[in-house]
Amino acid sequence: MTTKLGGMLAGVAFGALTATAASAEDLVIFWAEWDPANYMQELVNEYEEETGISVTVETTPWSDFQTKAFTEFNARGSAYDMIIGDSQWLGAASEGGHYVDLTDFFKEHNLGEVMAPATVKYYAEYPGNSGKYWAIPAEGDAVGWSYRKDWFEDPAEMAAFKEKYGYDLAPPATWAQMTDIAEFFHRPDEDRYGIAIYTDNSYDAMVMGVENALFSYGADLGDFETYKVEGYVNSPEAVAALENYKKLYGYTPPGWAKTFFVENNQAITEGLVAMSMNYFAFFPALLNEATNPHAANTGFFANPAGPGGDQFAALGGQGISVVKYSENQEESMKFLEWFIKDETQKRWAELGGYTASAAVLESEEFRKATPYNEAFYQTMFKVKDFWAVPEFAELLTSANQRLYPFIVGDEGTAEETLNALAADWTATFKKYGRGE
Amino acid sequence: MASDVMTKLDPKSKAAAKGFSDLTIRNLFIIPTIVFLIVFNIFPLLYSLGYSFTDFRASTNNPAKFVGLQNYRDLLSDPFIWKNFSITAKYVLISVTGQVVVGFGLAMLLNRTLPLKGLITTLLLLPMMLSMAVVGLFWKLLYDPNFGIINYFLGLGKFEWLADPDVALWAIAIVDIWMWAPFVMLLSLAGLSAVPKHLYEAAEIDRAGSLYTFFRITLPMVAPILMIAIIFRTMEAFKTFDLAYVLSSQPTTELIAIRLYKMAFQEWQTGMSSAFAYIVLIMVVAITNIYVKYLNKVKAR
Repeated sequence: MTTKLGGMLAGVAFGALTATAASAEDLVIFWAEWDPANYMQELVNEYEEETGISVTVETTPWSDFQTKAFTEFNARGSAYDMIIGDSQWLGAASEGGHYVDLTDFFKEHNLGEVMAPATVKYYAEYPGNSGKYWAIPAEGDAVGWSYRKDWFEDPAEMAAFKEKYGYDLAPPATWAQMTDIAEFFHRPDEDRYGIAIYTDNSYDAMVMGVENALFSYGADLGDFETYKVEGYVNSPEAVAALENYKKLYGYTPPGWAKTFFVENNQAITEGLVAMSMNYFAFFPALLNEATNPHAANTGFFANPAGPGGDQFAALGGQGISVVKYSENQEESMKFLEWFIKDETQKRWAELGGYTASAAVLESEEFRKATPYNEAFYQTMFKVKDFWAVPEFAELLTSANQRLYPFIVGDEGTAEETLNALAADWTATFKKYGRGE
Repeated sequence: MASDVMTKLDPKSKAAAKGFSDLTIRNLFIIPTIVFLIVFNIFPLLYSLGYSFTDFRASTNNPAKFVGLQNYRDLLSDPFIWKNFSITAKYVLISVTGQVVVGFGLAMLLNRTLPLKGLITTLLLLPMMLSMAVVGLFWKLLYDPNFGIINYFLGLGKFEWLADPDVALWAIAIVDIWMWAPFVMLLSLAGLSAVPKHLYEAAEIDRAGSLYTFFRITLPMVAPILMIAIIFRTMEAFKTFDLAYVLSSQPTTELIAIRLYKMAFQEWQTGMSSAFAYIVLIMVVAITNIYVKYLNKVKAR
């Protein structure tokens, strides 16, 4: 009897020990709740098949993502081993000591050349041009546009457009053309509207939208080396860009005052608008007949050029970092070694992820895989991003406080708005001793 | 001394059999509560008071630097913060006034013999049992200019309730009134049913008009309980977050709770947001004190 009992206890103890050992090898990746996270879970399931180490992609809604991630960092918590964090977080997470320094890993695997240059610059390196890397580019993303091909290709519409504007109706090559097309299709009486843009002033939605105009107009947010913003964010080009963005707001559907990626995809699926701004990561849903009744008639184009011929787009996307407080750092590094392999990156793209691997991006196979991949490929080589300094959220708040009343509330002028924003940002940088 | 005023333990009870004294049992009940209060309320309150005098940011590893009253000075001289305060004051005024008028009106209607009175009262109470976020989400749909049912019934076409900066705050207040007027109604009903009937009979004998009866009998008699409802609703309206956050992102609807949330958990300005929280706390305490003083006056009358 005693032997039996002893045996049972030993069995339980062994079970408990092996369970602990197995759980120590389980990895958790934290990301926002969206389709790419589901594709990532599919991808990492294959890692488990190969190695026996399970990887879980834990998600939270976008609105909560930054707060939840930093709450865990601030508590020095080990709940997540890796995080696929926003590019703007690099400063806060690296200076705060929350990310593991991946510089050696980066150099060892020559990732500066393996990954597309823009993704290395914005998703991985901080401070800019420092040669210090904190993340591996994971999900490339940028803002692009979807449009109603059937509206654009309707012979009656084409003739009417040509008569009114003197050139052919086609996906716009410039912001001026895009404004004309938005004006042309804006017919509230027919429940048809010109365009859908980002207007949500919480976090970075509207700012990313405005950046598309600003960058293509040849303006910049500031000098990322000296933190000088006067003469950049309020330059004549920036003023003209903001005026154009506000003009586009006039061609949006009614109630378009708190809109981000969900609403902008809905604008297409509900047949409301001719053109809609959105991140490429949300375009797969627009090609799905189940989620978009107009899927067969939806086309895509890259962010158009500004009056001076400059063509840039606001960067989205994220890099994957190892959390400093993870108890499985070694296993996480092994996972990253698997993740950066060419075949993994190819598989990642096949599953629907937007790889940042230059080789995969440049391949004909990738560029022809979907109707938007070509636009994505073109865009990823001309992207610019928001400030990645630790106080980026304060800079976003100032931008939202200044831009929103002008764009949506019709308060003041573009010049006054951007002058006030430049003053706010200068004060914030001064407060944190930057550029001194 | 304390044990003198306590009810004595029944000597035949199990507790007494186990040798527990009255004092032990009192402590068993009180100490966990006090510990809980100290750990989760008092300690964070004092700790954040300390932070409010520093430039601490929870998202960095930098040590907190003492900056004296700088955070308070910066906040009180920030025009955006003052805008948040004036928006909140406007919201509290619209929302609480609406709730009192609608709630008290409903209570007056229900304070008479009505068929299916119980069912109507229960149905009227349903809104306040819902979650704020859920209410916000479905009112967003009701307000939608393209397919919302409100514009359809009111024949307002494409009226933009939440996108119009001048209307958005009113739209949020309407939802709050819809949700919380039943609370005022419930308390008012309790007050109304407690008014002695003989007062109305005496007024009738004296041929007092209905308005006179309302202002001289009904309102003064219900006033204390109505004041309690107003205190509760003012405090709640003052810290409204979810409803406004879900419904609109207009700068004209950025209440102080929303600004505080952004400052603390998006910008991670821990020191500054602690100072902000203290300013809000002091204001809420001050407003509540004014109300309580007025309540005591009403009661004394």
